[in-house]
Amino acid sequence: MLDADFFRRWMTATAASVEREAERLTALDSPIGDADHGSNLRRGFAAVTAVLEKEAPDTPGAVLVLAGRQLISTVGGASGPLYGTLLRRTGKALGDAAEVSEAQLGDALRAGVDAVMTLGGAAPGDKTMIDALVPAVDALAESFAAARVAAEEGASATTPLQARKGRASYLGERSIGHQDPGATSAALLIAALAATADPEAADV
Amino acid sequence: MKMLINVAESVVADALRGMAAAHPELTVDVENRVVVRRDAPVAGKVGLVSGGGSGHEPLHGGFVGPGMLSAACPGEVFTSPVPDQMVRAAAAVDSGAGVLFIVKNYTGDVLNFDMAAELAEDEGIQIAKVLVDDDVAVTDSLYTAGRRGTGATLFVEKIAGAAAEEGQPLEQVEALARQVNEHSRSFGVALSACTTPAKGSPTFDLPAGELELGVGIHGEPGRERRAMMTSREIADFSVNAILDDMSPRNPVLLLVNGMGATPLLELYGFNAEVQRVLTERGVAVARTLVGNYVTSLDMAGASVTLCQVDEELLRLYDAPVRTPGLRWGV
Repeated sequence: MLDADFFRRWMTATAASVEREAERLTALDSPIGDADHGSNLRRGFAAVTAVLEKEAPDTPGAVLVLAGRQLISTVGGASGPLYGTLLRRTGKALGDAAEVSEAQLGDALRAGVDAVMTLGGAAPGDKTMIDALVPAVDALAESFAAARVAAEEGASATTPLQARKGRASYLGERSIGHQDPGATSAALLIAALAATADPEAADV
Repeated sequence: MKMLINVAESVVADALRGMAAAHPELTVDVENRVVVRRDAPVAGKVGLVSGGGSGHEPLHGGFVGPGMLSAACPGEVFTSPVPDQMVRAAAAVDSGAGVLFIVKNYTGDVLNFDMAAELAEDEGIQIAKVLVDDDVAVTDSLYTAGRRGTGATLFVEKIAGAAAEEGQPLEQVEALARQVNEHSRSFGVALSACTTPAKGSPTFDLPAGELELGVGIHGEPGRERRAMMTSREIADFSVNAILDDMSPRNPVLLLVNGMGATPLLELYGFNAEVQRVLTERGVAVARTLVGNYVTSLDMAGASVTLCQVDEELLRLYDAPVRTPGLRWGV
C-alpha cells in the first residue's frame, strides 16, 4: 500500500528530476515551441516541494490535489493547467483514503490522464504529453518499471510525428524530427514514480 | 547575445518596477504581476482584463488606462499568466458590472483564462470571454491549435475599451469585441528570429538571406521560408494573404506593426507599400497606425492587420484613450 509519504517522495523526486533536466527540456522546446518548458516546470515543481513541506497533507489524494493546484498557480503556459489537472484529478480520484493500492493509483492516474485529454483536446498521436502518459497508464497494471519504460518509449515515439496541438502545431511538417518536450517531461514524472516505488532499481 | 538585463529570472519583475516608476497613473503589483488603472474599479463600468506572455510590449500592460484595458496580467516571457493573476485582476476592476476577459488563441492562454473564469465566478464576479484569432497565416485549423491571436488584439481592446468607458453593459461590450475580432485579419513576416532572455540565443535559425512568411508573435512560423524580398513584395504578399481571406466592403483600420527590432524608417516605408496595394485592391483605409504595438522581443519584421469597420466601430476607435502605449483625444 502507498501512503501520503510515498506521494510526497514522488513529487520531490519529480522536482529533482525536472531540476536536473530543465535545460534539456528547454532545448527540446526551442525548435518547436518557445523555449520555456524546462524553466516553467522547474519553477512549478520547486513551488510544489515548498508547499508540500509547509502544509504536509496527510492523504495521497490531498498530496496530489495540493501539488496540482500549486502547478496551476505557478507554471503558466499550457503546462500549468495540463499538469495541474493531471495531478488534481488523479488526487481527487484517490479520495481521502490514508493508503491506496497500486491498482487504485493506476485507476486514478487513468482518470487524471482522461481529464488532461478532455481539457487539452489532444489524443494519442498528436505529439503531446498524452503520448507518454497513455502507454504509461496502460503498463502500470503490470509494474511501475514497465510504466517507466512505456512512458520513455512513448516520448521517443513522438519524434517522427507531426504536432497537431499546442504551439508546435504551427510548424506543420517542420515539427517532424523533434521529440516532444511535454511527452519528455511526462516521462520524467513516471520515471520518478517508478524510482520512488523501487529506489534501488532506478537511477532517477 | 547582449541584453540590457540583470538575470533572466527577474526580467518581468524588473520591467514592471520600471513601468510603475514611469507611470504613476497605473497601479503595478510587481509581486503578483497585475497592472491596473489607478482609478479602478470605476462605478458602473465593465472591467476589461487582458493578458498573455511578456515580450510583446507595449501589449498588454501598455494598453491599461482610461478608454482601453482596466487591467493586464503579464506572464513570464512568451508564457501565459496563471489563473491567480487573472482572478486578482478581475477582482480589482469589477464594480459589479462584470468583467470581460480578452484572450488570444494560444493553448496556454485559453486554458488559464478558462480556469480563471471559473474561479472568478465562484467569487461572484460575472465573467465574459472573447477569443482573438485573427492570424490568416494558420491555414488549416483542423491540424493546429487554430488561428493565433495577434494584431487584432489592439483593435479589440481599443474598441471594447471605448464601449466599456461609455458604460455599455457586459453583453454589449462582449458582442462588440467579438465583432471586431470577426472583422479583423492579420499576417506577419520575420526577418530575424527573436531571443528569449531564458535561452539567450535566437529561438530559431533564420539564415541571413531568408525571411519567414506568416510568422507568429513568438517567432513560430506559419507558411514558408523564402529568399529575402523587397518591402514592396512583402506588402503584396501580406495584404494579398489577408484579402484572400476577407473582402472588406467597408473602410478598414490598418495596423502596420513592428515586431520589435525593425525601425520606424522601415515601417513607414512598408506602410507606403501596404497602402499602395490596398488602393490597388480597392480597399479604403479609414485610420492607420504605424509602430511597435504587438512585438516579439527583438525580432525584426512586421505584421499587417486590417479591421473592417462601420460608423459605430470607427466612432469607438476614435474615442479618447490614455494609456502608456496608445494615447489620443485627451
